[in-house]
Amino acid sequence: MTAIILARDLAKNYPNGKAVFSNIGLNIVARERVALIGSNGAGKSTLLKCLIGLLPSSDGEIVTLGERFRSTPSLAQLQRIRRQIGFVFQHHGLVNRQSVLTNVLQGKLGLPGGWRAWHHSIAKQHWREEAMQSLADVRLLDKAGARADALSGGQAQRVAIARALVRRPKLLIADEPAASLDPTAGRDVMSIFSDLALEHGITFIYTTHDMQHALEYSDRIIALKAGKVFFDRSTADVTRADLRDVFDA
Amino acid sequence: MHDRLMLRRLPPISPITFSLAVALAALVIVSAGQVAPSPGQLAGGIPRMANLVDRMMPPNLEPDFLLRVFWRMVETFQIALVGTVVGVVLSLPFAWLSARDITPIGPFRHISRMLVSLFRTVPDLVWALLFVSAVGLGAVAGTMTIVIDTIGFCGRFFAEAMEDADKKPQEALFAIGAKRFSVLCGAVLPDAMPSLINTTLFALEKAVRSSVVLGLVGAGGIGQELKVAFDLFQYRNASTIILVIFAIVVVMELATDRLRSKVQ
Repeated sequence: MTAIILARDLAKNYPNGKAVFSNIGLNIVARERVALIGSNGAGKSTLLKCLIGLLPSSDGEIVTLGERFRSTPSLAQLQRIRRQIGFVFQHHGLVNRQSVLTNVLQGKLGLPGGWRAWHHSIAKQHWREEAMQSLADVRLLDKAGARADALSGGQAQRVAIARALVRRPKLLIADEPAASLDPTAGRDVMSIFSDLALEHGITFIYTTHDMQHALEYSDRIIALKAGKVFFDRSTADVTRADLRDVFDA
Repeated sequence: MHDRLMLRRLPPISPITFSLAVALAALVIVSAGQVAPSPGQLAGGIPRMANLVDRMMPPNLEPDFLLRVFWRMVETFQIALVGTVVGVVLSLPFAWLSARDITPIGPFRHISRMLVSLFRTVPDLVWALLFVSAVGLGAVAGTMTIVIDTIGFCGRFFAEAMEDADKKPQEALFAIGAKRFSVLCGAVLPDAMPSLINTTLFALEKAVRSSVVLGLVGAGGIGQELKVAFDLFQYRNASTIILVIFAIVVVMELATDRLRSKVQ
């Protein structure tokens, strides 16, 4: 299996020297759906950002999408990594006054010729078609012309997924994508993520506090506790009691 | 019983604040004594003003004169419109360079800010005098004045609107490797658009008012006609011009108010 992310002895310290996490070793392979869980401040989001070079790590080595680096990748490496990644944050981060179609197209902004993704009216025809396909994938084709601020929270997060998908990423990263949604919308968003990752063969890594989401929408769960990997197992081998132990003080 | 906890009717005032307040009051009183009109001057001025108004009536409504005023007013509006449009377009790069967190030039943004401040703080009549010296009498000097005045006004407010734009979409686009200019065009400008349009409408309104007086220093427009009327004691002509200016400014304000109410 192709390794998408490899990390050895990874550590990250706060500016005051205190460890966020240390001795982290990971091997995430292609097409895996990985849930990264842990209580607040366990370092899940920081770990995600270190793995893709958005934050410098303090020690250890990382190989992400074939790019090997220590601390931070070079600018060229970061550019190559970013081109293969789709992001979804806790807040959808859509441009409210733009149409849904333009927001989806803006997923192409970091790519060569990306300026044509400023607005759908100047976008390349095949980009427009890909954006419409991504909207169909998240079941929002009929909202293409709507303004982003007319969407519900769940719909907006689905548009954010479409924006990530339109980049045709090898790796999809989501940082607490359902945390600000009601339970129904949260399940809906997670099931779309999971189905699309399986359908398109995308490696999907997400952070969550929701035990049910972790159990339902992943092949593997990595739990962080007190700055260490508490466990790293196939989801089938994880029990609810294991999950409760992660969140118990 | 609750005396200890009862709020004081007036907040406590420190001796320094009290001294500053007294000094300010003294400054106002002394200044008023030197530059404000005395009751005698007011009493003498009212009959003279009444006499002037009397000589202004009735306004001159001869067709030839009205036609001349009409074309001068068209020129005034052209100065305002072209000056505002060019000024607004040039304000955008100034605003981008000046806006905190958005500028591509880091701390050098202060140079752009200072330049915008210079354009704003020097009065438009002074700019008009400079441009009349540079390009000669007429509407071109007026248009250049309005361009500079608009950059000074819009450059500042555009930069503030850009700084206030929602940060989350910008973060999302930066994370996927979008360049600063792409984030500006894709996220910042669309979010700031209502504010940019409002500022532009205010700038147009301001430009119409400014272009009316620029003629007083020879920079074209209806102001030139007004100056001639006063210089030659043609007060009936002056009253017509003042009424036309008043009507145009009111129409302009109503139109921009209406447009502003449509911007979401």
